Amino acid sequence: MADRTETILEVRNLHTHFHTESGVVRALEGVDFTLNRGQVLGVVGESGCGKSVTAQCIMNMVPSRGRIVDGSVIYHQRNGQGTEAVEITALPPKSREMRRIRGNEIAMIFQEPMTSLDPLYTVGNQLLEAINLHQDVDRTEARALAVHSLDRVQLPEPERVFASYPHQLSGGQRQRVMIAIALSCNPTLLIADEPTTALDVTTQAQILSLMRDLQDETHMSIIFITHDLGVVAEMCDEVAVMYLGKVVEQTDIDTTFYSPRHPYTQALLRSIPRLDDDQGRRLEVIAGSVPDPSSIPSGCRFHPRCPDFVTGVCEQREPVLIRIDEDHQVRCHLYDETASSQPGTQP
Amino acid sequence: MLAFIARRLVYMISTLVLISFVGFLIINLPPGSYIDVFQAQRQLQGTHTAEAELEALKRRYGLDKPVPVQYWIWVRGFVRGDFGRSFEFNREVSELIWERLGFTVAIATGSLLFIWLVAIPIGIYTATHQYKLGDNVATIVGMAGLSIPDFMLALVLMVVIQRLFGFTVGGLFSREYVDAPWSLAKVIDLVKHLWVPIVVVGTSGTAGLMRIMRGNLLDILNMQYVQAARARGLREATVVVKHAVRNAIHPLIMLLGMSLPTIISGSLIVSIVLGLPTTGPLYFNALRQQDMYLAGTFLMFLAFMLVLGNFLADILLGLIDPRIRYE
Repeated sequence: MADRTETILEVRNLHTHFHTESGVVRALEGVDFTLNRGQVLGVVGESGCGKSVTAQCIMNMVPSRGRIVDGSVIYHQRNGQGTEAVEITALPPKSREMRRIRGNEIAMIFQEPMTSLDPLYTVGNQLLEAINLHQDVDRTEARALAVHSLDRVQLPEPERVFASYPHQLSGGQRQRVMIAIALSCNPTLLIADEPTTALDVTTQAQILSLMRDLQDETHMSIIFITHDLGVVAEMCDEVAVMYLGKVVEQTDIDTTFYSPRHPYTQALLRSIPRLDDDQGRRLEVIAGSVPDPSSIPSGCRFHPRCPDFVTGVCEQREPVLIRIDEDHQVRCHLYDETASSQPGTQP
Repeated sequence: MLAFIARRLVYMISTLVLISFVGFLIINLPPGSYIDVFQAQRQLQGTHTAEAELEALKRRYGLDKPVPVQYWIWVRGFVRGDFGRSFEFNREVSELIWERLGFTVAIATGSLLFIWLVAIPIGIYTATHQYKLGDNVATIVGMAGLSIPDFMLALVLMVVIQRLFGFTVGGLFSREYVDAPWSLAKVIDLVKHLWVPIVVVGTSGTAGLMRIMRGNLLDILNMQYVQAARARGLREATVVVKHAVRNAIHPLIMLLGMSLPTIISGSLIVSIVLGLPTTGPLYFNALRQQDMYLAGTFLMFLAFMLVLGNFLADILLGLIDPRIRYE
């Protein structure tokens, strides 16, 4: 049984930059969060805020133009009795140690099920790839494991799916296959990068409930990347909110929805349409739009759009992460008792 | 897969039939019948043609019969390897082509192999090492290779080799071996000469193919299934070769299919410049001299090779890609 207070993954002050022809894109500028064993952490934010890059950093698979310039990702690997801290960001991306973690300890599923399977190989071929790589089994055992993992994600006729090519399956089926591949080696951490965004609503609900069931069954930890707060409410125990390459708030699911502290989180929640709303009331929007990553605002990155903007503070100094209680961190001057003119009050 | 091949085969044969109409049309395009031209040429040479010989020719090509019958006679002959006579050489077309085909095929397959063996690995390397030193060097060299015309390179190589090493590289044999019977020394002499056209023809082809391979592979390397394969923990080499390269190779196979006719046409200008006894210069001459049976036969052959190349490429693609196979 998983111990929900034992840390499995720590992301500390992660900075990742991309060197492009038009200059340096600072994709991540301070991502901090921790994940406990058996927990589901939602990482939410608008498009381009660095959610997927964060996932790539954890897998140590940053594209060749990107570089982790600061910070670290530490994975607490179980071995025998205790745990061993592995600094993923210190491992060479192509090293044997890193490859032993990828797919085996930490698995990942992707946003586009239509393109995440190689069209030239059967489902079985790609599933066996993972199994043969990480498990010491012979051919018949490997095949049995593969068919079993297809069965586990509730694919009807797993034998037939095993022999199918990706183009013979629907989007929902392909995402199930991706989940089967990811879970075939019983990872302790699953990174799901918007796994339901490209699916229609019905299929989305099915995939979510499948993931929920599998999580209950295996007690693996999940990092669930999404921009859909409804999905977060359904899936997650903890939420990290990202804005322009920084985590601005991390806390548990209830606090996120009922008493969020960061003005950005509050604004996000106000902009969700509700069925029980008064008719005719306009949906609230966050003023302005996400700035271009090449012209990032000074001070707090959210200050031009922030309703609680404090002149003279917010546009001048970058806020640091402030620990409000044991399980609640926020990056906002409003809660900085040493510097802010409005100490510790909730706006 | 068998149904797939059968379907392609039907396409191929129907295309060939259409092409044969065009080929026949071209042969019959010059004014006057074959006999008239033949007679006129003989007269020019001062020899008189016997009535009997003319009669024999008339019967052979069915020139007194209606056009569809003439076409049928021609096609039947073509399939059996009777391609007609060349006026220019006054010999059977099949003999003319046959004696040059060996060297042509040798040079063409040699340069195709050279191109693929050099271009594909470099293309893969440059794509996986984008903007690194090796990629930049290969890009510059490739661009140079692409922009230097091959006949120019042939001339430069001829001069340089003659000046530096003191042996001629034109043709396929040194003078003393041209008419000598086959021997080990003759083969060695052939190899000494053969590499020049292969390198010359290969250079520009390599440069082009390398760039295509690089571009395709870069696209594929960004695909999510490549990332997903990497996320499974596969070795980088497996990710690149098994998942990326195989997906990036499609357009190259189509290109290979399209380049099959060059096996017959040879590299025309290079062959002329280097004085190679390939079919390329022969074809060029036939067109200039309106040697219609020779030219028509070449056209048919080129078209046939193109269709065959596409057919083979289709089958190869079908083998590689299940989406094509099950279409």
